[in-house]
Amino acid sequence: MKPKVCILRTAGTNCDKETAFSFEKAGAQAEFVHINAFCSKQKSLKEYQILALSGGFSYGDDLGAGKVLANELKFKLSGDIKEFISSGKLIIGICNGFQILVKAGLLPGNENFTQEVSLIINDSGKFEDRWIYLKSPVNSRLSPVSGRLSQVKCIWAKNLPETIYLPVAHGEGKFITKDKQVLESLNKRGQVVFQYCDKQGNLSGYPDNPNGSVENIAGICDDTGRILGLMPHPERHAFSWQHPAHEPEKQGSGFLIIKNGVEYAKNNL
Amino acid sequence: MFYKIEVKDKPGIFDAVGDGIKRDISDFGIDSVSGVHFAQVYILEGYVSEEELKTICEELLTDKISQDFSVNALTGGRRQATGDEFTIEVAHNPGVMDPVEDSALKGIMDLGINGITSVKTSKKYLIKGKLTEAQLKTISEKLLYNKLIQHLVSPVTGRLSPVTCHLSPDKAEISYAFKLINVDLLNASDNKLMHISKQGQLFLNLNEMRQIKKYFKVLGRNPTDCELETIAQTWSEHCYHKTFRGKIEYREKNTENRKIRKIDNLLKSTIMKVTRELNKPWCVSVFKDNSGVIRFDEKHNVCFKVETHNHPSALEPFGGANTGVGGVIRDPLGTGLGAKPILNTDVFCFASPDTAFSKVPQGSLHPKRVMKGVVSGVRDYGNKMGIPTINGAILFHEGFVGNPLVYCGTAGIMPKDKSFKKTNPGDLVVVVGGRTGRDGIHGATFSSGELTHESEVISSGAVQIGNPIQEKKMVDTILQARDKNLYTAITDCGAGGLSSAVGEMGAELGVRVDLEKVPLKYSGLSYMEIWISESQERMVISVSPDKAEELLAVFAAENVEASVIGEFTNTEKLQLYYKGNLVCDLGMKFLHDGIPEIEKKAMFVLNNHREPKINCPKDLTKSLISLLGHYDICSKEWVIRQYDHEVQGGSVLKPLTGIVNDGPSDASVVKPLLGSKKGVIVSNGINFRFGMIDPYWMSASVIDEALRQVVAVGGSLKQTAILDNFCWGNPDKPDRLGSLVRAAYGCYDIAKVFGVPFISGKDSLYNEYAVHGHSIAIPGTLLISAISVMDDTDKVVSMYAKKPGNLIYVVGNTLPELGGSHYYDLAGYLGNDVPRVFAKKALATFNALSKASDLKLIMAMHDCSEGGIAVAAAEMAFSGGLGMELVVSAIPYVEAQSEKRKTKNKKSKSEEQRNDVILFSESNSRFIVEVEKKDQNKFENILKGISFGLAGCISEKKEFRVYGLDGKICISAGIGVLKKAWRDPLAW
Repeated sequence: MKPKVCILRTAGTNCDKETAFSFEKAGAQAEFVHINAFCSKQKSLKEYQILALSGGFSYGDDLGAGKVLANELKFKLSGDIKEFISSGKLIIGICNGFQILVKAGLLPGNENFTQEVSLIINDSGKFEDRWIYLKSPVNSRLSPVSGRLSQVKCIWAKNLPETIYLPVAHGEGKFITKDKQVLESLNKRGQVVFQYCDKQGNLSGYPDNPNGSVENIAGICDDTGRILGLMPHPERHAFSWQHPAHEPEKQGSGFLIIKNGVEYAKNNL
Repeated sequence: MFYKIEVKDKPGIFDAVGDGIKRDISDFGIDSVSGVHFAQVYILEGYVSEEELKTICEELLTDKISQDFSVNALTGGRRQATGDEFTIEVAHNPGVMDPVEDSALKGIMDLGINGITSVKTSKKYLIKGKLTEAQLKTISEKLLYNKLIQHLVSPVTGRLSPVTCHLSPDKAEISYAFKLINVDLLNASDNKLMHISKQGQLFLNLNEMRQIKKYFKVLGRNPTDCELETIAQTWSEHCYHKTFRGKIEYREKNTENRKIRKIDNLLKSTIMKVTRELNKPWCVSVFKDNSGVIRFDEKHNVCFKVETHNHPSALEPFGGANTGVGGVIRDPLGTGLGAKPILNTDVFCFASPDTAFSKVPQGSLHPKRVMKGVVSGVRDYGNKMGIPTINGAILFHEGFVGNPLVYCGTAGIMPKDKSFKKTNPGDLVVVVGGRTGRDGIHGATFSSGELTHESEVISSGAVQIGNPIQEKKMVDTILQARDKNLYTAITDCGAGGLSSAVGEMGAELGVRVDLEKVPLKYSGLSYMEIWISESQERMVISVSPDKAEELLAVFAAENVEASVIGEFTNTEKLQLYYKGNLVCDLGMKFLHDGIPEIEKKAMFVLNNHREPKINCPKDLTKSLISLLGHYDICSKEWVIRQYDHEVQGGSVLKPLTGIVNDGPSDASVVKPLLGSKKGVIVSNGINFRFGMIDPYWMSASVIDEALRQVVAVGGSLKQTAILDNFCWGNPDKPDRLGSLVRAAYGCYDIAKVFGVPFISGKDSLYNEYAVHGHSIAIPGTLLISAISVMDDTDKVVSMYAKKPGNLIYVVGNTLPELGGSHYYDLAGYLGNDVPRVFAKKALATFNALSKASDLKLIMAMHDCSEGGIAVAAAEMAFSGGLGMELVVSAIPYVEAQSEKRKTKNKKSKSEEQRNDVILFSESNSRFIVEVEKKDQNKFENILKGISFGLAGCISEKKEFRVYGLDGKICISAGIGVLKKAWRDPLAW
């Protein structure tokens, strides 16, 4: 059976159609659900295996990117979401979706949904749309249990090439943590999934790191590896024709991320 | 009770907003500022417990990781500046849209806190450094606020004149007591009629006022204020396009045409005539609906519209451009039964950002601020709508110093069976989207007159800020309702507000509206204000009564407000009621057809501009570097990156391309349906410099430019349509109108030969700026926007050099046509030999290249426009990170124009060939094409009969090298040097 993906919508959501398209191409069945339908219990999260928070400007990002929708999740749907997570299901937050997950305290994730990291205004002070390279840090391959190299922790990031190429398009994507301990813990537990880098895979400054993120962090996952948030847009490089130079790749590298999620859901949920 | 909450970055967090403002301040030559810190201020009204207030601050207004907050009792006391620290706090004027207020209120409710009744915001800037009062005034007035929409909350430093703080202006809840106002026309003399027109900002002329008087004389009564306003809006240049649709007596001077021409409807006899005569089967709906519609595939149509928002952008650049984008998005949405917006295109003309402050007219903003504001306004609306801004152009000329041009365009896609609308008698009138306020009163009539230095005072009501999220949720729900077949017709509420939208929809039938049913932002609006307000983000829908409930439910499910305000009738009358009182009772026929015909006089004088004598330098490297750095030519990356040009996922060819994604694409290509190979190409042609010499050849050239860009990216003219957008000076002045008419003839002649129909268009006249009676007209500017359906987007061609060893062809003839060129502009000349279009030859060239692209013989292709061959070739080279060698003698060159124009005083100078002429002439219909050696024969066979030259090759060495006519190197530079010259000027 095809895994069911809920693409959550509200005022200001965009990127929803193309995200759904990528999921469907990867073998899932996507459905758009407005937040009101969950809050009024017309719909239930239980119906879905994957929750996707796509890009956009939820409620205009008027009080900081993703803030208002994050609060809605936190104060109106926290029970449903906790249950969704504890039943082993998957969440991906892309761009505004990442901002929402972070501000709702779902990433890096703790018992009380307390916010520990943030995504703030780019160092350049402006919105920028540009293509960047990403790599998964070596320590994301460390198993927290054995301390030995093992598979990448995040189920969305398994078996990716050394570097992948995706576009970012945001004004508030600078990743910061509350303090050093949070950063250390993310590193130690293998929760840093993506870092901005140059074409060769070296960590480098602007514009390779487009927003000034701490340690070039572009995406993190929770401790289970099942919730991923990232600023770059995998759905915008799901197909080779979206590549700026139309490089003859069979599939865009963003597609691999989406496909990982769908495969995991097929096999485990 | 008021609570004032200030939110600012924690110590140690980089304040990007403050840093940007610090850089802007140094643009003014003020270097004594050591730091700027920004704080967002919220003023909450209501009663909440301390605990609740803490929750609001911590959970909603502050990002705990990066920000701190402080809560102050609001005493109104002003903070004295201490030493070298100054605080400037800026708030919106009463009634100005501030989307943050709505979001904050919603957020507070989501927290389960119900004690807050209103939220206001302001922005606070803490500036550190030694500053004089004059410098502080400059910073606050020229950078931080615009008095049309904002005010200072507390006086700067306490020394400047204090401005009262409008704490909660809308709370004043001014109530409105109904009183019907009649305007005495029946007893008015001609003088009095004009006084009434002027006083009421109606912009109606005497003939029109007399006509109205006559109409009411027959009725035996005076009009109400509402009736007069409705007529003024319907008959305004903005809505009715009287110049283009009226009668014109046209003559030319200094040209071969001696005859006086009587024109009845310029639009029908030029622009629309092309379309009618070409009669393309794929034109679905042209010049009828809110945008032009063409076939996309078997199941879908695409539509396209470009609008202007010049006057509002002159006064308040952010708001003007913002609502310009918001407005044009509603055109496709209001076409047929509603199209989904798929792309935006934005083209601007400004004065140079280097303009001295002393050259900026009184009442105008500095061009750099205008540009930054306009770009921000487009970025804000387009990005938040999730519509990719894929195409544009920015050009500069001092003529735009008081009146910038801001063109905003949107294309949409819709199912074939949703492409037409029909309102039926008995259908209900539904207004959906934003609430109606006092903002934007008189926009339509305001744009139908010249700007003056007083415009900022008297027309400030015409300036608005948009709320893109309001529009986004409206679009989302309208498309759902469309797909459920819940309504019969839809149109946008743009200029003229409900008056224009409802009036148009009911034009054939009749309509009755109860104005008190229109949802308002605040009380206090009169019936007339409700009717003519141009508040943003509204659409009008007609719905059959049995589907109304279901329709309203679709909107309610996503928090979009929609209300039934009346019904369509069969009375052929426009009848408006306010709480049961009849306030307007006009015959539709008079309203829409009653405008008196007037004949305008037009005279075009072909001036002979001096052709400059410039010696051709031996080494043209410097000239090329200067050209690459010309503001018209240089990289617009700073702008393009701020626009999300890839949202919706369909971007095939992006506006920036190349080995490191920073080369200038000729046109952009998107796939509106992700699963299909079909795409849409959008390009534009604009060149006011040519128009300053001869508007006829400007029209020809910009049509050629838009079309050759379509061809350059691998498209063809097969299913290509164009839009016209005329921005001109005051058409009541015969010289302005003369050049407009001549431009329109150029459109007809050239588009006809190319076989490319116009499908929609727009004119913005009265682009003049008067200071104390002295009128500055903008250079008459025609924007041609092309939209083309591409069958197979896998065949897209980009402009950057691909591989060393590949051949470089120059296709199309170069002529000695430096008039209006950027090469001349750098030397301070306009010149006279304006590029012409040899349309039959051009068409053959276009078709051959389209064929070559279709056969995948072309590795890269770039159109030659501003700066000519050298600029285009250099751009290809450095965008591909490769070198190039070119031989001037191999470039196809035609000595003189085949038909020499008769111009007086023209000496026949010895026409020896010159490197600079060939390399920098901006002749039309030319391309630079990269072809692999193995395809040389195939390519050249396709080009049989067309002028082309194998003029060079791509080299491994990162050098751009041109061999002159004498075989010696005339340009030699590293591609890094050239790229830097091109990238840096606007890299703010």
